[in-house]
Order: sequence, then C-alpha cells, then structure tokens
Amino acid sequence: MNEEPTLVVSKIRNGTVIDHIPAGKALDILSVLGIAGKEGLRIAVLMNVESKKLGKKDIIKIEGKRLSPQDVSAIALIAPTATINIIEDFAVVEKYKVTVPNIVVDVLACPNPTCISNKKGELVRTRFKLVSGNPLKLQCEYCGTIISGDEVVKFVIKRK
Amino acid sequence: MKSSFYQHDVLSILDFSREDLELLFGYAERMEKSIDTKLSLLFGKMVALAFFEPSTRTRLSFEVAAKRLGADVISITGEESLSISKGESLADTIRMLDTYSDLIVIRHRYEGAAKYAAEIARHPVINAGDGKQHHPTQAMIDLYTVKKLFGTVDGLNYGILGDLRYGRASTSFIFSLTLFKPKKVYLISPESLRVREEVLHVLKERGVVYEERRSLGDVIEELDVLYVIRIQRERIPDPIEYEKVKGSYKVTLDLLKRAKKELKILHPLPKVDEIDERIDNTPHAAYFIQAKYGIPVRMALLALIFGVEP
Ligand SMILES: [Zn+2]
Repeated sequence: MNEEPTLVVSKIRNGTVIDHIPAGKALDILSVLGIAGKEGLRIAVLMNVESKKLGKKDIIKIEGKRLSPQDVSAIALIAPTATINIIEDFAVVEKYKVTVPNIVVDVLACPNPTCISNKKGELVRTRFKLVSGNPLKLQCEYCGTIISGDEVVKFVIKRK
Repeated sequence: MKSSFYQHDVLSILDFSREDLELLFGYAERMEKSIDTKLSLLFGKMVALAFFEPSTRTRLSFEVAAKRLGADVISITGEESLSISKGESLADTIRMLDTYSDLIVIRHRYEGAAKYAAEIARHPVINAGDGKQHHPTQAMIDLYTVKKLFGTVDGLNYGILGDLRYGRASTSFIFSLTLFKPKKVYLISPESLRVREEVLHVLKERGVVYEERRSLGDVIEELDVLYVIRIQRERIPDPIEYEKVKGSYKVTLDLLKRAKKELKILHPLPKVDEIDERIDNTPHAAYFIQAKYGIPVRMALLALIFGVEP
C-alpha cells in the first residue's frame, strides 16, 4: 500500500487488508463478512481517510483471516472499487481488485418469501444474475426479483 | 431436424422465439383437425402431472392433451400434494416422478419451483404455473387465440387489465408479446397491483411501446385486444390489501359501447366478477374460444417436445 493513511495503524503479520473501499462502506463490509467484533480477531477499521483515487476511502485490516470466494463476491457488490491484499509475514504476497461477477452464487438471499430458494427443506443455492453494474441491479434466477443499489447489503447471507 | 422444443424444458415463454411459436401454431392447427380422434403419437410415453396448487382447468387440459396423443398419465393432486408438502421435499418428489415418467408438468405456489424441478429431473419439465411468475403454456394459447382471431399478433393495440402484480397469466402474456411486434401495450391496473419491476425491465429491454394506466375507460377506444385477469386473492399477502382492491376494476357493457367493433376480450379463466356476464353473449367475448384452444396447443407442445409430427 503506497497511499499511507495519516492515522497510524500497526501493520499486520498475517491476514487480509481490504483497501479502496468507498468512504462509509467499511461497516457494511464487516457486516456481510459476519464480523461483529466478538470473534477475537485483531481488526483495524479506518474510515474516511485520504485517497488519491477516491478522495476519501475506508480500509479494513484483519489479522489471521482469509476470505472465501463468497466473501469476495459480497465485497464486490458493496465496494466494487475495493482491492484485496493478502499479507504473509508483514509482506503483501497477493493483491487483486475485486470484480462484480455476472452470476452471484450462494451470496445473496432472495427477498421474495415465496421464492423456491426460500422454501424450507430444499437445498437450493441462490443464484443472481447481474443485470446492471451501475446502478447495481441483480436479478434472482429463480423468481425474477430484482434487488438494487444499497438494499443489496441487506440480503447478503451472513456466515460464521 | 428436431425443433428447439425437442426434449426441452418449458419454463418461461421468454425461452422461445417467434419462429418457435409459429412452428407450434402450425402444429396446433393440425391438432385441431384431429381433436376428436385418439392418436397414438405418444404411445408408450408416461406424462406425470404434479399439481401442488389446486387447479382443475389446466390439469384436465394437460391430461386430455396427453391422452389424445396416446400417452399414459399419472398425477399428484389435492390431498396427495398436501401430504407431500408436509413431509417430503419437492426435490425428492421430482426425483420419484422422474423415474416413473418421460415428462413432468408442474404447478406450484413458489416462484422458481419449475426451474428448480428442471434442474433435478433428467426428463423435460413443463411449467404449468409457478406462483406469480410464469405460465408459459397459457401464453402460447393466448397468442394462438389472437392469431386465429386477427390472422396476426403484430400491429395490434393490447390492453392488459387487472392484477398485473400477482397474475402469472398476464405476466407471461406480456412477455410473449415482446417476441412479436405489438403496436402498443397498455398495462391497466390499480396502483397497488401494478406490473412488477422485472416485467417492465423486459419490456424496456426489448423496445416494446407500452404505457401504464389506472383506468380502462381512458384507453378502451384504442384497443384491439383486451386481456383481463382476476385479482389473485390467494397471492396477496395481506387480507386488508385484498379488501382495498376487491372489485376495483370491471369491464361493463357501458364501457364497451365506446370500444372498436372488432375488440376481442381474452381471459385465462376462471372469471370472478371482473367481466359483466352479459358480455359473454356479445361478439367481444373470446374467452370461451380461447379456452377451447387449450387442448390443441398443449397437444402441439407435447408432440414437439417428444419430436413426433401430427
Ligand atoms: Zn428469488
């Protein structure tokens, strides 16, 4: 990370840094990652720090956490500008930009109560198709329901 | 060459093209000619009817269509579907029917149930209605009716009146019009029963000229086809909401005085009170003819899916 925030936060040894989050979205991301703060993970959340690219941005550093593919998809839906840095032994060993997938599998719950994906006893993996990136619109492949923009965060399936 | 119906699922009318439907209509015409004879085109085939939602009309229509073609029919209805819905998962029921039959026709109150069933079954699945979402075979019948009445589906003004939010027949009919070139489509409904966002999305994407209206009286003079559906009481989550919209639209003889002489009224039936019953005996009423086409169109569809020619 070459855009050093003015707030001093110690580096992490092993874990993940989520950078270039649009300002104000960090807490939404913690929420969709299922992080409430009681898990015992060492976490730094920087909000509204200066950024050359975005003006202001948020950053999340999580010690000892690797993201699943579903986690990354969920982050992309909320913070399409985010970059993920994998840290090992204080060094960035991998860095990539998130991309919004065309089909989002098993990341979002359908808001429609009579969608087959919400029927008890059926093992349906939810599947949403990206119909528009900006503004963000996703459509349930089973029932056709469209969810858009800021409401997407409400429907991310929370995982432990 | 086998058509795009061959061994194919029928989940949404949008899975098909205009050419596909024209092929289907050609088959249906030929089926009409042999409507009173029992054919043996599907001899040895087993068709499973899985109606998890009460239905008489559509289920019987599929049953007659399959039997006229010489197929055997097994079905889950009424109490059986109730006991299944209590215990066994839909997935397990579909797996069972899939081993017993060559094709499954499903109706279910959950949107997406037919698609889910198609993902599980090896044999083709026909969606006979999934919640408020799709009813593709009804749309095939509706278009066939328009084609028979006007000689074409293109260039006409359509009014679609009623509970467009929860109506699957109206949704599929609207979708089906996007495969053709209607002149204009009026979507007429009470505010709370407006067509859903995803349906408007398809209309916009496919460049159909449409307009949303609150009152039939505003547009009645322009219409060639008026498609009416009842309020889908069983799908409105809140009974208070139902009370508010109950009886909020009705086609009356008075309104029809201002209509074109050629106006035809379609309705997927059953009707409740949205069409004055005195209209039944006028030349505008086309819904009984439409109902009659249910069997030849479904026969045509089954023949195409199994790859046999009438
Ligand atoms: Zn859904």
